[in-house]
Amino acid sequence: MTDTDDTPILEIDKLSISFFTQGGEIPAVMDFSCTVRPGEALGLVGESGCGKSTVALGVMQDLGRNGRITGGSIRFRGRDLTSLNAAELRRIRGNEIAMIYQEPMASLNPAMKIGRQLMEVPMIHQGASAAEARALALEVVEAVRLPDPERMLRAYPHQLSGGQQQRIVIAMALMSKPSLLILDEPTTALDVTVEAGIVELVKDLGARFGTSMLFISHNLGLVLETCDRLCVMYSGEAVERGSIADVFDRMRHPYTQGLFRSIPLPGADKNARPLVAIPGNFPLPHERPPGCNFGPRCDYFQAGRCDAAPVPMADVPGDDRHETRCLRHDEIDWLAGPVASADTEPVTPGDVVLSVRELRKYYEVAGSAFGTGEARVVKANESVTLEAREAETLAIVGESGCGKSTLAKLLLGLETATAGSITLAGEEIQDIAVEARDRGTVSSIQMVFQNPFDTLNPSHSVGAQIMRVLELFGVGNSTAERRERMLELLDMVKLPRAFASRMPRQLSGGQKQRIGIARAFAGTPKVVVADEPVSALDVSVQAAVTELLTEIQRRNRTTMLFISHDLSIVRYLADRVMVMYLGHVVEIGTTDEVFSPPYHPYTEALLSAVPIADTSVVKKHVVLEGDIPSAMNPPPGCPFQTRCPRKAEVPGDRCETEVPPLRDLGHGHGVKCHLSREVLDGMEPVIRIA
Amino acid sequence: MEPLSWGGILSGILVAFWPVWAGLAVIFAGSYAARRHLGLYGKLFSSPIGLIGLALVLFWALTALFAPQIAPFAPLEQIAALKNKVPGTPVPDSGGLYYLLGGDNLARDVFSRMVWGSQSVLIIAPAATLIAFMAGIILGLPAGYFGGRLDTALSFLANLVLAFPVILLFYLLVTPEIAREPMVSLGGLGLSLPQMMAAVLFLFPLVFVVMLLRTRFGRRPAQLAPRLGLALVVGLWAYFGLAFNADPLGVLYMDPFLLNIFVSVVFVNSPTVFRIVRGLTMDIKTRDYVSAAQTRGEGPWYIMLWEILPNARGPLIVDFCLRIGYTTILFGTLGFFGLGISPESPTWGMTINEGRRLLSVYPHAAIAPAVALMSLVLGLNLLADGLREQSLKD
Amino acid sequence: MLLFVLKRLGVMLLTALCLTFVVFWLTNLEPNLEKLAKEQANARMTDEQVESWLEGHGYRRPLLLRYGEWVGGVVQGDLGTSSVFRKPVAEIVGERLGYTGWLMFWVMVVMVPSALLIGVLAGMREGSRTDRTLSTFSIASTATPEYVSGVILVVLFASSRGGLSPIFLERGTLLKGVATSATDSITFENFALPVATMALYGMGYIARMTRASMAEVMTAQYIRTARLKGVSFPSIVIRHALRNALIAPFTVIMLQFPWLLTGVVIVETLFNYKGFGWTLVQAASNNDIELLLSCSIVAVLVVLVTQLISDVGYVWLNPRIRVR
Repeated sequence: MTDTDDTPILEIDKLSISFFTQGGEIPAVMDFSCTVRPGEALGLVGESGCGKSTVALGVMQDLGRNGRITGGSIRFRGRDLTSLNAAELRRIRGNEIAMIYQEPMASLNPAMKIGRQLMEVPMIHQGASAAEARALALEVVEAVRLPDPERMLRAYPHQLSGGQQQRIVIAMALMSKPSLLILDEPTTALDVTVEAGIVELVKDLGARFGTSMLFISHNLGLVLETCDRLCVMYSGEAVERGSIADVFDRMRHPYTQGLFRSIPLPGADKNARPLVAIPGNFPLPHERPPGCNFGPRCDYFQAGRCDAAPVPMADVPGDDRHETRCLRHDEIDWLAGPVASADTEPVTPGDVVLSVRELRKYYEVAGSAFGTGEARVVKANESVTLEAREAETLAIVGESGCGKSTLAKLLLGLETATAGSITLAGEEIQDIAVEARDRGTVSSIQMVFQNPFDTLNPSHSVGAQIMRVLELFGVGNSTAERRERMLELLDMVKLPRAFASRMPRQLSGGQKQRIGIARAFAGTPKVVVADEPVSALDVSVQAAVTELLTEIQRRNRTTMLFISHDLSIVRYLADRVMVMYLGHVVEIGTTDEVFSPPYHPYTEALLSAVPIADTSVVKKHVVLEGDIPSAMNPPPGCPFQTRCPRKAEVPGDRCETEVPPLRDLGHGHGVKCHLSREVLDGMEPVIRIA
Repeated sequence: MEPLSWGGILSGILVAFWPVWAGLAVIFAGSYAARRHLGLYGKLFSSPIGLIGLALVLFWALTALFAPQIAPFAPLEQIAALKNKVPGTPVPDSGGLYYLLGGDNLARDVFSRMVWGSQSVLIIAPAATLIAFMAGIILGLPAGYFGGRLDTALSFLANLVLAFPVILLFYLLVTPEIAREPMVSLGGLGLSLPQMMAAVLFLFPLVFVVMLLRTRFGRRPAQLAPRLGLALVVGLWAYFGLAFNADPLGVLYMDPFLLNIFVSVVFVNSPTVFRIVRGLTMDIKTRDYVSAAQTRGEGPWYIMLWEILPNARGPLIVDFCLRIGYTTILFGTLGFFGLGISPESPTWGMTINEGRRLLSVYPHAAIAPAVALMSLVLGLNLLADGLREQSLKD
Repeated sequence: MLLFVLKRLGVMLLTALCLTFVVFWLTNLEPNLEKLAKEQANARMTDEQVESWLEGHGYRRPLLLRYGEWVGGVVQGDLGTSSVFRKPVAEIVGERLGYTGWLMFWVMVVMVPSALLIGVLAGMREGSRTDRTLSTFSIASTATPEYVSGVILVVLFASSRGGLSPIFLERGTLLKGVATSATDSITFENFALPVATMALYGMGYIARMTRASMAEVMTAQYIRTARLKGVSFPSIVIRHALRNALIAPFTVIMLQFPWLLTGVVIVETLFNYKGFGWTLVQAASNNDIELLLSCSIVAVLVVLVTQLISDVGYVWLNPRIRVR
């Protein structure tokens, strides 16, 4: 490389991008500047719709027919990309700048073998022969640590798991040794333990090839682990820029501060130190306020000053290239804690409401696409035992395929159990499908769904959907009474009563999720199953919805089963935790017991994999090999044995042959593992605060 | 009188269609003013393709409505001197009337017959499509929702009908003998084969409406009873009148030939609708709001009719337009093979069939209905395309 | 895979049995039998004479028994005798199918490549001027059934009074409006119009399917991947988009065959080409039971075999659902 250290690889200066639709111009990015130096990794953080992906596509000059750059410049190694013609652009794309996307499956051509897709890159850019290209492909596939590279090259994308596909996409980006790599949410679609492996790989490769990176993510923890510098975006603008250490520990923009206060970091506690949500909603592109975009949601807002004129970027004196788009950054007392909301007493759990014993659910699935192969049995749940008390929050943690959703379906009666029992308020319901359950049982166990865009029927008004639930559960004697109750429920979830006549498409994701919560609590249920209720929401909205959910739960003394893959929020929210892997409960106990040693090796890995947005946290490094096995074809013996880093510590082949029993380590803390007591006791905590 | 030039013919036709132009102007002005409140239909005004389609469809709908005002002659009126005369020939002793598009081989006015011919198509095609949709929906929803053996059985039946060559079915079914001959006797009522099929097919709209009301108001008997009562009275009255010709008031009645054609067209259309609905249902039933409805204990028919069906309406409306077009083509095919309502009726298909015998010598008699049919179907297709484009934008 | 094909063959057999039984039943309805009797013997028979004729020719035996006999015959290769043509059915069907085969062959040769080309060109850049023009053409062509386009084409090219012929020729017509002579030898003059008529109607539908599929593929993430890899546009279309885009239309083309049957009947009637469609009309209008049954077997077989080919081809084209 001929670059000296002071010519930046990428230099974006006052970039503005707009989309032109029938309704007129929609500015997506305004006055955006940033610099990426050789070997540097810049994180671009923001909530959905803030324009971070648009910046990436702007760099690639691939904005589609409606998008256009309306101002500023993008210089790549000194050349202005906006002035290149199609052929020059093609020489840069994939050769000097490469991109990695969110959905690995969608970004690989389903009808083309992996090898050909990889070989294409050197054949286009370096004019390599097929044999040379193939040799290079093999080398790169090996570099991304995929097993059996020869076989990989011959495979079609669908024959690979999600993690393997993403490694192939990374390999494809590295084929021509680009000087800039743009990663757009590269791990969002993957499971946490798989994500950890990819993050490690990206970091290593960046260091090895000296590639500069533009890392786009909504996850602050991930950016902390991968990047040197950080740029926070809000509503089309960069609001704060600086080194990771400066922005994380000495942020100078209220939005950045709000983001950190709304994510559950170690030390947050739902009773003593609750999360502080950013009030209000993200402004739509055509409804941006005058002056500071964040103004209407900002605690430090001063009328007449913050909304007077567009706010320019200002240097934060003393720090290295640390800038903020806040007029008051030198007036605000950044060290003051959040306005303390009243501390709440921890709730005392009551009697056992829900009890599950030795629950099993097996599915029979057809063998192949034609229904010809022999039917196979999928063991979705394997002897699940749990108890949940009144007002208690039990978290069920696990990655895809662990059986947590099947468990929810069994509880709600969408499926019936193969064996075992479910007792809800003294009544056995494991064999009664939901259609056969009586009204009382149905209304006493309800569910909050994951995807806000799917949870409400787009064809009916919000009020009508809640009223229908009330009607079914026999709440109120007349339509008028039910209408009144529906409006009360809207009050309860803190939405204006006028929302009753709105259609779901007029609501934001967080608002939809609130309606989903109102619907679940309409019949004052005893148990609410919340299936990842906030994972699809933006960070600032997550906190508000989580708070609402716990508040209603506390007031009604409802038992909540909180299904999640996100250990941060689980630690914050749950009283007790159950960890599942491939249909088995591998660990169960109180939150403190599960989050401190001794651990099940899977819990240990899971804890290590979760990115934490706190510079003071030191984590033990446990990265799991490979992917989660398919539930169709589980390994013999212990379900975790194929990936377990501590397998060697168990003598003999017990892990391969015997399913370990759930051992009680005291106070009901159960671990399903063959490891000896000494090894377990000798474990060190994964997360330490330095 | 002198024969008209081509320009004269064209302006003569334009003038004859004056009620249609007036109607189009009123409808378009009104809809354009209120387009923001008209949902999907209102959005058509931003799609040129859809608008052209809508104009063509409305053109023929209004022509059917105002046929008595537009057509200068009755469909069967013969003026012997004008046999096979070219377009623009003046009618003797008529005070300035012309055979605008010439005379056919029975000396009837081709233009008038084309105008009259629009009536039967614009009644039968939408009505038959509607009933085919009801049948397809009522069967497709449970097949897609429950799956399993029910789906296997219904899909087999649908494929069976689809595998049947349409043309063969029409030849075997649409004959005067079959339309007239009673096959079984039911309570003193001799039922022909088409009547038996009608008895089944016409039941679907009735079932559809009853199910819709029952699931919606099932827990509110006070609101259910009057609605259900009204639906049953009107529904059963129409059912007996149209299917069995047994309307006690003698108002509703369907000609046996007409019924025969109608039933055949519904019969071959409903399996396709079934397949579409089944596919949409299988897709939509995986949505969370369907699970939400299940977890609050809704019955399967409520879920199918009120949770799934409304969300399938986009593709169904588009297909409805396309299918009216296809039904129009089918109906024309029947006419083309001489299987129409009655030999003299001016349906486009039959007119084409009569005209084609002398095609190489007197092309005008067949060209007029051919262009008419094509423009109507084209309009429906363009309308469907516009609707699809607009519904995807949402 | 073998089991899958066997299963499909079983379903096919069942479908064929069901359908032929329906045809058998329909042709043996009382009014149709009466028509047959009068057709065969004497148009002015009394009811008693009809009855005795039917009795005498075995039409009064139980329906199922006679259907069983017919099926037994078919299994042994005996398709019966045509009452209209007074010849063995197998002979007629074989000969006529051959004629129709030529028609179908030329229709496919004209229709499929042009439809795919139109579809790919239109879907390649959705919303462009090329797309609008080609899409409007395809919509217009699907809106024009054979009996309409046939009439228009005949007037344009084969009418001595109207269309193009009088402009270019002093006498005669550019093309022939009748294709009867094509059973002896196919020439451009006698075959162009029937082929064009049929191809035109089917073309629009396939082209629209191809366009929709192509447009969808072009918006897929992997096309963006290819573009950002630096692949040139022609290469994206040919190497990345085409195979994925042709999966859906392939099924459509195959399912198009049964639709073509109606087209065949219309075109052969319109142009008086004595192929399979023409025979079917003759058989149906004269209630020629055994000929009709064989025609329906052929029709059903065409439908089912094309369905099978479309399923197998779909799997072959789409590696995602290939048997593992």
